[in-house]
Amino acid sequence: MASKLTTSNSAGWGFAIPGFGLIALFIILPFFFAFGLSLTNQRLISPNPTQYVGLRNYRELLDVAVITLKPLRDDAGALIRDEDGNLEYPRVRDITRSDEYPQYSGMREWFRWQSGDNAKVVIASDVVFMKALTNTLTFVIVVAPVQAGLALLLALLINQRLRAINVFRTIYFMPVVVSIVVVSLLWRFIYAGNDGLLNNLLSTFTFGAWQPVDWLGNPGTALGAIMAMSIWQAVGFHMVIWLSGLQTISPTLYEAARIEGASGWQTFRYVTWPGLRNTAVLILIVITMQAFALFAQINVMTSGGPLDSTQTLVFQAVERGYGKQDISGGATISVILFVLVLSISLIQRWLTRERA
Amino acid sequence: MKRLAFLAGTILVGLAHSASAQTEVTMWYHGAGNDVESRIINQIVDDFNGSQSDWKVVLESFPQLSYNDSVVAAALAGNLPCVLDVDGPNMPNWAWSGYMQPLPIDQAVFADFLPGTKGIWDGKLYSIGLWDAAVALYARKSTLDELGLRTPTLDKPWTGEEFMAALDAAKASGKFEYPLDLGMNDQGEWYPYAFSPFLQSFGGDIVDRSTYLTADGTLNGDAAIKFGEWWQKLFADGYAPGTSEDPADQQTGFIDGKFAFQWNGNWRAVATMDKVDDVMFLPAPDFGHGNKIGAGSWQFGISTSCPNPEGAAAFIKFATQDKYLAAFSDGIGLIPSTAAAAAMTKNYKAGGPLAIFYDLSKDQAVLRPVTPGYVVEAKIFIKALADIANGADVADTLDAAADEIDSDIQQNQGYGHKG
Repeated sequence: MASKLTTSNSAGWGFAIPGFGLIALFIILPFFFAFGLSLTNQRLISPNPTQYVGLRNYRELLDVAVITLKPLRDDAGALIRDEDGNLEYPRVRDITRSDEYPQYSGMREWFRWQSGDNAKVVIASDVVFMKALTNTLTFVIVVAPVQAGLALLLALLINQRLRAINVFRTIYFMPVVVSIVVVSLLWRFIYAGNDGLLNNLLSTFTFGAWQPVDWLGNPGTALGAIMAMSIWQAVGFHMVIWLSGLQTISPTLYEAARIEGASGWQTFRYVTWPGLRNTAVLILIVITMQAFALFAQINVMTSGGPLDSTQTLVFQAVERGYGKQDISGGATISVILFVLVLSISLIQRWLTRERA
Repeated sequence: MKRLAFLAGTILVGLAHSASAQTEVTMWYHGAGNDVESRIINQIVDDFNGSQSDWKVVLESFPQLSYNDSVVAAALAGNLPCVLDVDGPNMPNWAWSGYMQPLPIDQAVFADFLPGTKGIWDGKLYSIGLWDAAVALYARKSTLDELGLRTPTLDKPWTGEEFMAALDAAKASGKFEYPLDLGMNDQGEWYPYAFSPFLQSFGGDIVDRSTYLTADGTLNGDAAIKFGEWWQKLFADGYAPGTSEDPADQQTGFIDGKFAFQWNGNWRAVATMDKVDDVMFLPAPDFGHGNKIGAGSWQFGISTSCPNPEGAAAFIKFATQDKYLAAFSDGIGLIPSTAAAAAMTKNYKAGGPLAIFYDLSKDQAVLRPVTPGYVVEAKIFIKALADIANGADVADTLDAAADEIDSDIQQNQGYGHKG
């Protein structure tokens, strides 16, 4: 194999070099730069000299700890309760800023839960990053299967010999060719709180019983709204890949299945699905990688708000590197994202490997 | 044939002549997409190029949204133009980073300019503005009369209670979608520019200006927490639309009558006066420490890498003539930088509809923190205010913001400020 690649294949290499060169210049080289920057305190613009800081940037992003808060007691030792009867606890900041606990310095509350009378508080040195990480993972976990499934469904629908089937193909594919920024702007109007299209539609269908929801302004619905819109936007692209996979399956297999008297479901289960195996692997990996790169929708629609409910890793990398001029912090996020995507892709490859 | 050669010869000579006589001075401007602004700045450039034979200013315009990013990217790549247009509060950051040089012009030339138009960092003048901007509470006279509200004046502005009472009255009238519009959608420089004066009127600030080394106690002190609670109430109790507001409302919402009051910049004043006959521009309410508004708008400066700073300085001097200050003011409603220019304008001459702003800007406008760290502090402030508006705990959010600012100042070794 290797000898075939390297010997007497100059034409092949000649064709490949422009592409390899560009990828090396604009993707591989910057990645090594980013890794180098993540070990320094480099600012975007600053007269201060750059210093090597080791793994400090990583610690500042990834440090997490759990502390236990005991409820406040009055002088008699009784528990203090506020007007609503809830227990009162000391402020987390009094601990993270006290000299007694230098290991918690600079950390903030991420979330807490109750255990008996005590409160367990998870503190992180970078809560926004942690939220961005969980949001991004949630996004990937929801979007990858739903988008792949919907795309397959659409592909099966349009893989028929019907009159004007090309019209449907075009319609499903249309959102893909429109710029994501334009799509995001349009969906902002659709999601608008008072008189947006979605609220109006829901209100019409429920004969006015629907209470308008501020889809993007509500921490509970913002990420879901962006997921729905992202799935809608990119589903056409993966539909086309599924379609190409479907059309590689030999018609004779379907004929044989029909002769054997297979039902529609059996045909799908035993002919179509095995034939789509490689396509499925490709689509899963591509969607996962695309979903991790979620940025434009956030930038246009929510800027990470409300209350960090739509923060994502790439948005945070840009916000830090450019907005806050902390290019080493942004680079660190990029490296973490790279490692994350790489390991998930490898796991996917391993899970979907050809079993001998 | 002979004639053709002669013609070509003259053209060549003409080209060579114009190329050799005037040295090119590049300039970047943030106003791409704004017709009025582009027309005026192009006019100034043409006038300057025609008025002398040493320099030729070549203008390149950028959309405001991506302007700062373009400058920073160009600075890193070593491609900065000669004359830079810079938003006032960003100037210290660029000067500290070494991308701008002090203006080679005697400060005395600008003696009668409004304080907010002068970009001074480290005791040196780095940039000068053709205008200042101001924010006002837009209202209709008819609304005030109908709701029976006292008209606030510069000497006697509304107190915090009067302001809230006015919002309550507007809410009770049921005529408006919201009593007040703050333009919450615009989560950029608008937040610190428009809203940090509220914080200052409560007695807090973004950062402790005596040292510029910490925000602790200033951004999260008692006064700031009182401000934060008031701020949260505006959205929790439905006085103003929150961060998911339609961006178009900042342009037309008040004109369309959706809001009783609107906190908006005077760059929208001319357009609003065209549509609303009885619009009034009311001064900011006083929450206890004076009524304050932000100061410092776009200004001209010179980059360090400029090969001909004399040419750039000549252009800046030329552009800061009263007639151009007046032209910008008439075009977009901004406050002219000098009293002489103000007298030449429609809106700011004595008795003009916006004259109040000239005085306000002169007496009560407060610059945003003059420190290289401001760029980061502004981002943190924006997020804190957006989070509080969306219901985050006030004290925790302000504490976290103060901590983040302090840690950023530390990581930048104090941004050149000495304790």
